[in-house]
Amino acid sequence: MATTEQHPPDHFSHHVRRYLFVFYALLFGTLITVGASYIPFGHRAVNIGVALFIACGKGFLVAGYFMHLVSERKMVYGILVFTAFFFVGLMFLTIWSLGDFPRLTITH
Amino acid sequence: MPTEILPYIVQPRQDTGLYNAKVGIWLFLASEVMLFGALFSAYILLRVGSVEGYWPHGWLNIPVGTANTVVLITSSITTVMAWASCKMGQFGRFKFFHACTILLALTFVGIKSYEYHDKFTHYSIKLADGQIADGHLVEKSKDFNLSDPDLAKRTGEIVIHGHQVNLAGKSGDELQKELKTIYDVRSPEGRHVQHSELKYKASQIASMETYGPWHNTYTAIYFTLTGLHALHVIAGAIVIGFLWSFGAKMWDTDRERFTNRIEISGLFWHFVDLVWIFLFPVLYLL
Repeated sequence: MATTEQHPPDHFSHHVRRYLFVFYALLFGTLITVGASYIPFGHRAVNIGVALFIACGKGFLVAGYFMHLVSERKMVYGILVFTAFFFVGLMFLTIWSLGDFPRLTITH
Repeated sequence: MPTEILPYIVQPRQDTGLYNAKVGIWLFLASEVMLFGALFSAYILLRVGSVEGYWPHGWLNIPVGTANTVVLITSSITTVMAWASCKMGQFGRFKFFHACTILLALTFVGIKSYEYHDKFTHYSIKLADGQIADGHLVEKSKDFNLSDPDLAKRTGEIVIHGHQVNLAGKSGDELQKELKTIYDVRSPEGRHVQHSELKYKASQIASMETYGPWHNTYTAIYFTLTGLHALHVIAGAIVIGFLWSFGAKMWDTDRERFTNRIEISGLFWHFVDLVWIFLFPVLYLL
């Protein structure tokens, strides 16, 4: 998707169909997310995991197809690899620090 | 002195394979990931560090939040269709799709404002006898004043639509059950609370505050995350609005460059949608 030329409508019709499919999938994913939040999976952590899993799927559709990451140039992937590394590192540090609360401040 | 044009504003550079603005927007989005990542990190720490029973569930209206999610997803498809229309040389369709995007952005901000208004009219009132009254403002008398430290000298009265709880002297399961009527609105205890109009004299009230960012750590991170996100929506709508109106003149002079601008603004808009995809379950549902 990095080229900038104009294209005839026929050339783009399959892209448009794909965008519409992604749109419907995102709407469906939203309904599933809301519905799943009403299901008692036994532990809240499971509900959190399910919701984040669906959100990741929706995020992939937006980033992959609307932002064209499934067919981007290496340069963009290079930028995102660095971003992902630091983002995952930040989350890892966050979770790691959870074991460092002063004793008895967390009661659950 | 001859005017030099910055190269690669339309054609991709040979080394990167991208035109310059695209490299720029992806670097910017990378910094945005870290900005929101830091706030998500703060959310995790605040949530895990909260005392049992005090982290809210169900404080936000799920149907309203779902509607706003649908609005933002729809704006994403109209954005990508606007770009595709430019690529196909269909300027009229571009104008239509981006007009929809702008209207959807305004709808999102309007719904968000409604939600904020709901929180700024929701009061938590600590009564002098230790009980807590919780509910939405119905009426406040003109002479209502809590500024005097002497309770007896306070004037006026307030009416809320809500309920009253008594946490004093309670512990264990009894306390958790009572807390759920305020903090876990989706629990059976929270759902079955009877709400009614409650009137209090100012002299009965020790202190009161709305559900604004100052109320607790949940409202603080909620307003920070959604406020920052709403600023992004507004900024994106301004840029798209410019490209739709005055900036659209470029279509007649340099179509490829204009199409690139639509792509760049679109990438930003999809990122805003992407952030909301995670904010919605985290703040509304979990």
